[in-house]
Amino acid sequence: MARVRLVEIAHARSGDKGDTANVGLIARDPKHYLALVREVTAERVKQHFAEVCKGEVQRFELPNLGALNFLLHESLDGGGTMSLKSDPQGKTYSAALLRMEIEVD
Amino acid sequence: MIRIANGQGFWGDSLEAPVEQVRRGPLDYLTLDYLAEITMSIVQKQKSRDPKAGYARDFVDMIARILPDLVERRVKVIANAGGVNPQACRDAVLDIARRQGLAGKVRVAIVAGDDLMPHLDSMLARGIELKNMETGESLAGVRPLVQSANVYLGAWPIAEALAQGADIVICGRVTDTGLALAPMIHEFKWGKDDWDKLSAGTIAGHSIECGAQSTGGNCQVDWQTMPDYADIGYPIIEAEPDGTFVITKHAGTGGRVTVAGVKEQLLYEMGDPKEYITPDCVADFTTIKLEQAGENRVRFSGIKGRPDTPFYKVSISYTNGFKATGNLMYSWPDAFVKAKLADSILRQRLDKLGLKFDAIHSEFVGAGACHGEILAGEPSSDAPEVVLRIGVRSQNKAAVERFTKELAPLALNGPPVVTGLGSGRPKVEEIVAYWPALIPKSEVVPQVSVEVA
Repeated sequence: MARVRLVEIAHARSGDKGDTANVGLIARDPKHYLALVREVTAERVKQHFAEVCKGEVQRFELPNLGALNFLLHESLDGGGTMSLKSDPQGKTYSAALLRMEIEVD
Repeated sequence: MIRIANGQGFWGDSLEAPVEQVRRGPLDYLTLDYLAEITMSIVQKQKSRDPKAGYARDFVDMIARILPDLVERRVKVIANAGGVNPQACRDAVLDIARRQGLAGKVRVAIVAGDDLMPHLDSMLARGIELKNMETGESLAGVRPLVQSANVYLGAWPIAEALAQGADIVICGRVTDTGLALAPMIHEFKWGKDDWDKLSAGTIAGHSIECGAQSTGGNCQVDWQTMPDYADIGYPIIEAEPDGTFVITKHAGTGGRVTVAGVKEQLLYEMGDPKEYITPDCVADFTTIKLEQAGENRVRFSGIKGRPDTPFYKVSISYTNGFKATGNLMYSWPDAFVKAKLADSILRQRLDKLGLKFDAIHSEFVGAGACHGEILAGEPSSDAPEVVLRIGVRSQNKAAVERFTKELAPLALNGPPVVTGLGSGRPKVEEIVAYWPALIPKSEVVPQVSVEVA
């Protein structure tokens, strides 16, 4: 087992739907997909975004793309035009998730 | 095989992209997305001031540039540029065609019926509540504040316009995916219950709807070696009748089409990947098979989908208070500490004035505005500068106005060394908020009509 930052083995893209941000997390090499499934749980993502995400975190699996999709509810200060954030659409949350450290085989 | 291109990912995207798409290689259809969720309220306001306005003027200017190319190359155009006034948009396009000597050669369709504003009160009276999908509240509570209400129509009315011989289809609110799916339905004679094919066409549409985001733009993989961002190519679908397709771009353009980059776009704004709901079908993103099929070519196959739901999504905008945001830039040394102190002073003063806000939000640009909450420890005290960005939101306009007058004094009566106030007081903006709802499909009648220049 080795400890790596997600940015070393994955890439990501994030976007918004109202006050919910989505973060898609993709294994650079399919061999790391199972490590993502095991390590990057909805609970850990909720913890990682604790200061940002006021609602629940949902996780969806896309094994065909070697990817996970996370929905971070109540994370954008109301979202869209309501939000006072400089990133009201959560576009930088993809990069924020890639700061997480996980164990890989 | 037909080629369907995207030349505009949002209103404000490159003005050159649609021109390049038409001129730099073979194409059958050019699709253009102009309407973000908030755009409808803006065009509604424009129409209330001028009955001939209320659509994407950029689209008409673009058509004026490329109409002769479109006619010569037989490229058809599908755009949701009609806003809340597709008729006026069509009149402007027909006018250009006649002035360019193309009378009789251009058929322009409009797809309308998406505008619910004229029917809103009768619908609410009949018990159609248009509940907010996020909060569950009924629209009745904010009815006087509603600025616009539009149904997301799907691909079928666009396909109907193509069947009637349209060369240019101008839509009001339609789904982004419908713009690209419609030509496949039309050309390949797909049926209303060809769920797998409709889902494939929907996913094709999703893949190109954000312009260059699928051809290397805003792509995290290998961005350091991205070829020629300055001349980045926009995406093109090569669609087959069986529902398989390839995403590519014109030869000689910049950017890159790879499986990794396409995956990023597939996940953009994704909810439950098994339940991608459109007016036309429910597409399942977990069935997509991707393969690199040559340089700058990614092939999609295996896509499955399910029947559509009985509802259309409605995009409603309503006014919901006021906001303002201002910046103060603090210099080294201890820029972050000074910006923090300024934030605290400002908040004390707002408090003393007795101003009530629904929210006050501070960020420290250069010291973790993007994801500072996730970083451990204090930002470096050695940063050359840190910008305090502070915003407030309130139903009370006077409170927000007073806030905008409290930033500048800090230049002389707060911590040193500060600048960045040259552009004056922040502007007070009225917030036009978004209200997503569902409506039974039986309540909506899409309208299609074609006119010849």
